[in-house]
Amino acid sequence: MTEAFIYDAVRTPRGKGKKDGSLHQVTPIELAATCLRALEARNGLDTSRVDDVVLGCVTPVGEQGADIARVAALYAGWAETVAGVTQSRFCASGLEAVNLAAMKVMSGFEDLIVGGGVESMSRWAMGSDGGAWAMDPRVNNATGFAPQGIGADLIATLEGFSREDVDRFALRSQQRATQAREAGRYAKSLVPVVDLNGMTVLDHDEFIRPETTLDGLAQLKPSFAQIGQMGFDATALRKYTTVERIDHVHHAGNSSGIVDGAAAVLVGNKKIGRQLGLKPRARIRAAAVIGSEPTIMLTGIGPAANKALAKAGMKAADIDLFEINEAFAAVVMRAMRDLDIDAERVNVNGGAIALGHPLGATGAMILGTVLDELERQDKQTGLVSLCVGAGMGIATIIERV
Amino acid sequence: MEATNPSAVRFEKDADGIVTLTLDMPGRSMNVLNEALSAPLGDAIARIEQDATIKGVIVSSGKKEFLAGADIDKVYAMTQAEEAYALAETFKALLRRLETCGRPVVAALNGTALGGGLELALGCHWRIAIDDPKAKFGLPEVKLGLLPGGGGTQRLPRLIGIQAALPLMLEGKELKAAQARQQGIVNELASDRDDMMAKARAWIAANPKPVQPWDDKKFKWPGGDSKSPANGQMWAIAPSLANAKSWGNYPAVANILSCVFEGGIVDFDTGCRIESRYFANCVVSPVSKNMIGTLWFQLGSINKGRSRPDGIERGKVQKLGVLGAGMMGAGIAHVSAQAGIEVVLLDTSLDNAERGKAYSAGLLDQAIKKGRLTAQGKDERLARIKPTAAYEDLQGCDLVIEAVFEDRAIKAEVTRQAEAQLTKKAIFASNTSTLPITGLAQASARPQHFIGLHFFSPVDKMPLVEIIKGKKTSPETLARAFDYVQQIGKTPIVVNDARGFYTSRVFATYVMEGLALLQEGAHPRSIEVAGLQAGMPVGPLALQDEVSLSLSLHILEQTRKDFEADGKTYAGHPADAVIEKMVRTLDRPGKKAGRGFYDYPAAAGGQKQLWPGLAAQFPLAAAQPAQAELIDRLMFAQANEAAKCYEEGVVESVADANIGSIFGWGFAPQQGGALQFINAYGVARFVKRSRELEKRYGARFKPARLLVKMAKDGSRFDA
Repeated sequence: MTEAFIYDAVRTPRGKGKKDGSLHQVTPIELAATCLRALEARNGLDTSRVDDVVLGCVTPVGEQGADIARVAALYAGWAETVAGVTQSRFCASGLEAVNLAAMKVMSGFEDLIVGGGVESMSRWAMGSDGGAWAMDPRVNNATGFAPQGIGADLIATLEGFSREDVDRFALRSQQRATQAREAGRYAKSLVPVVDLNGMTVLDHDEFIRPETTLDGLAQLKPSFAQIGQMGFDATALRKYTTVERIDHVHHAGNSSGIVDGAAAVLVGNKKIGRQLGLKPRARIRAAAVIGSEPTIMLTGIGPAANKALAKAGMKAADIDLFEINEAFAAVVMRAMRDLDIDAERVNVNGGAIALGHPLGATGAMILGTVLDELERQDKQTGLVSLCVGAGMGIATIIERV
Repeated sequence: MEATNPSAVRFEKDADGIVTLTLDMPGRSMNVLNEALSAPLGDAIARIEQDATIKGVIVSSGKKEFLAGADIDKVYAMTQAEEAYALAETFKALLRRLETCGRPVVAALNGTALGGGLELALGCHWRIAIDDPKAKFGLPEVKLGLLPGGGGTQRLPRLIGIQAALPLMLEGKELKAAQARQQGIVNELASDRDDMMAKARAWIAANPKPVQPWDDKKFKWPGGDSKSPANGQMWAIAPSLANAKSWGNYPAVANILSCVFEGGIVDFDTGCRIESRYFANCVVSPVSKNMIGTLWFQLGSINKGRSRPDGIERGKVQKLGVLGAGMMGAGIAHVSAQAGIEVVLLDTSLDNAERGKAYSAGLLDQAIKKGRLTAQGKDERLARIKPTAAYEDLQGCDLVIEAVFEDRAIKAEVTRQAEAQLTKKAIFASNTSTLPITGLAQASARPQHFIGLHFFSPVDKMPLVEIIKGKKTSPETLARAFDYVQQIGKTPIVVNDARGFYTSRVFATYVMEGLALLQEGAHPRSIEVAGLQAGMPVGPLALQDEVSLSLSLHILEQTRKDFEADGKTYAGHPADAVIEKMVRTLDRPGKKAGRGFYDYPAAAGGQKQLWPGLAAQFPLAAAQPAQAELIDRLMFAQANEAAKCYEEGVVESVADANIGSIFGWGFAPQQGGALQFINAYGVARFVKRSRELEKRYGARFKPARLLVKMAKDGSRFDA
């Protein structure tokens, strides 16, 4: 089978996803086009050789609706023969895009693909695209819908993670992200966002809070206790019959941040890389998705990672570095337990608790982060995984070449 | 009452705790938005913020007008986006403080509020305007390639709705007080200053804690924001509508659309940031530099009399004679009567003269239909035109303009007959577009009082008059002709007597290049589109039809004869063969005949279309030139010819050359005129590209000697 190589990975900084966030001024298509233009410029890319642009976007409405991938390619000035497709696998959309790119290449159907994602959460709020899962009462009831935060708190309760445990995890994310930013470890992939005058709008991840302390985190109010009490807890506990009460440990400080951003990864086969003078940075070894119980929703990482490892003929111990999306602190802590891996190999440059989680883009962003870090440490293998809405998990294994 | 600081902003607080801020810049007839105004305005706002005893604020002006906009000098000088961004942000920060100071702020608009002036008013909670028919309100920045950078693109749509606000900004419409009131931009009208101030006080008393709509938590966009499906279809078609006219040549148009679209997705303050970014982009764009340089500064210098001889008292025409009541003569009579001048409209028969007057009646009826004129106004204007066939009626005229057939003998005859009736001081002018003035002046008994006044058709719409000095024309005559042109509200440029003068000569190069392209086998539609893409109002083939091919053939033959008579050889142009073939072989003389390069259906409302027979007569070349090549040829032909005119002294000022090109034949306004085109392209680059074109297409592209010299010195056309 044809092998799929990663030739480059870029991302915008993550801007605070609120009115006062720097990237609120920037249209989502501009974020996506910024990444495409960067791929073109950094690689001297003849864009007419690109077959397709696959972008993840979780809330594809308004100006980020209607197949933003194709329109972003056009808007970026890419050859008009470059097709584009937008897809959503909820929070995994960005990584799904890279996996789809790899599949297109490995199947031999296509040669050179961009996989990535975009999300302006400040402009188009999470959930503003509706969906039967939450809003159709019959479907909602049949699937046992409860928001992610309830599931995260339920995981903490089941696993026995205390408020202090999850806060400690969050603090470490902030510390690692702060160090990484100071040491310039994000610089390799990061493309500043500029306005049409070339004036910088944002050139760094602005969500990180270096001043975070354990005491400070302890002051924060749980985010999901109130909606839990209104009925979501009861819905969850109808399935989890051994739990008497959900311990609501998650809050704004130990959950992923709402941010804006985009990312793009260039994936292709060996031949086209040679033709275009591109240097492969890594091979995509295996990828997997899996469904899991939808009410707790966020336990899919372990099963998905194991599925991918099995396909690759590897064990968790063979992986040098893990990037596990910090949707909520307990999710990553549970995944580490499921995979029996040490925190020293996981999210070594921080994660979404510190940096934020631009839904459709995150998977592609953290793939780039782990690749940069493997190169920096001169290590070989990385595994990227995210928990996914409606009870799914995704994992991708890459290996440097 | 306490009064302080005699600066540009007077701060007066009365016993009721109401502060009146009077904008009154010392040493200027008008207020203009710059540091000298914004700094004291900022100080005043700071005082208001700190003084809790202040109950309300009235912002007004000590001048005739309220505030006519930003200081263009400053904007024009800016070359860095950061600087322009900071300018917009600083002014907006002031307005933001004013509208959130917690006290009612009323704009008392005693006169015109345009651009930054209206933006200041929009930053107040309530706007009261004196209902003065001369006062204008609007955001006309787009006309100079700019956009409202003082929050106008954010406040106006939130105030009156996106769909109402867009045309005002995209077209730069200026409204009268009553229209502004109707649109919801002005809240109340007042009869005079006292009434305005009384109403302002009453509003302050009744509204102690006003909040701007966009700061109200329950704010709903009138007509919906940009996310609203109600606006979805409008956003889908808006760029097409805008580009149908502008062909994408005006970045300000695209930037205004973006400001309003994006502003309608984000909150007010973010919208303001976005606006500043697009504003900065406009400020540093070549298009705004071109347009400001020409349409603001150079036009201003022309209006101030740059080309008018010094030391001659300004004069007014009381009574005008017009010889020939055809379309041009009737048009000249019409615009002159509009300006209050008594007009004698003379033709060979009274019937003909009456028909000329009826032309004016028709135009006035249209104005009544559009609500711009009353029946009484029409009667007054028409009464000023006296149709006649008797030369005696010309007695007492200060100026006579002949607009008879372009024939030297006929012109000479009417000149003699008219002069017999005139006093020694009267001026005689010829509205010729081709015949040299010095030659025509030979028929005159006092050639020093003889001058050319080249009007453009249709006279009531075209803003330019080209004044042509004959060899013997006196400075007094020039000054009085200049004054007359201004009296009828048109812009004068002054040129010297040479074949085709300035405008006809350069304009012809555009049309002729289009014909040359056709001859070479370029697709006729591609030629037309190239003209439109370049920013010209009409394609060259359609223009040739308007001018008429038979007239061009006539001029061509005359030119050949003239050259022969002078013992010279006419060099010829590839277009000549096309004209001859179209008229002689194909009998397609132009629009008037209903057939030229286009077919003109006789039926009313029928649209012209390219004559299908063109394909057989001018076969398409196998390899079609790139559109950019067509555009370059059409534009370089004109710019190079304009440079030659300047070099030869046909046109003596850069301002006249640029304004003449835009106002005379519609030369792409975004380029700032035919000479500014060369500046913006870069003189050295222009010379280099001209040489390429010369090599490929012929000697007509050989760069003017002056340009070669300028490229060497690194100089450019300075007004």
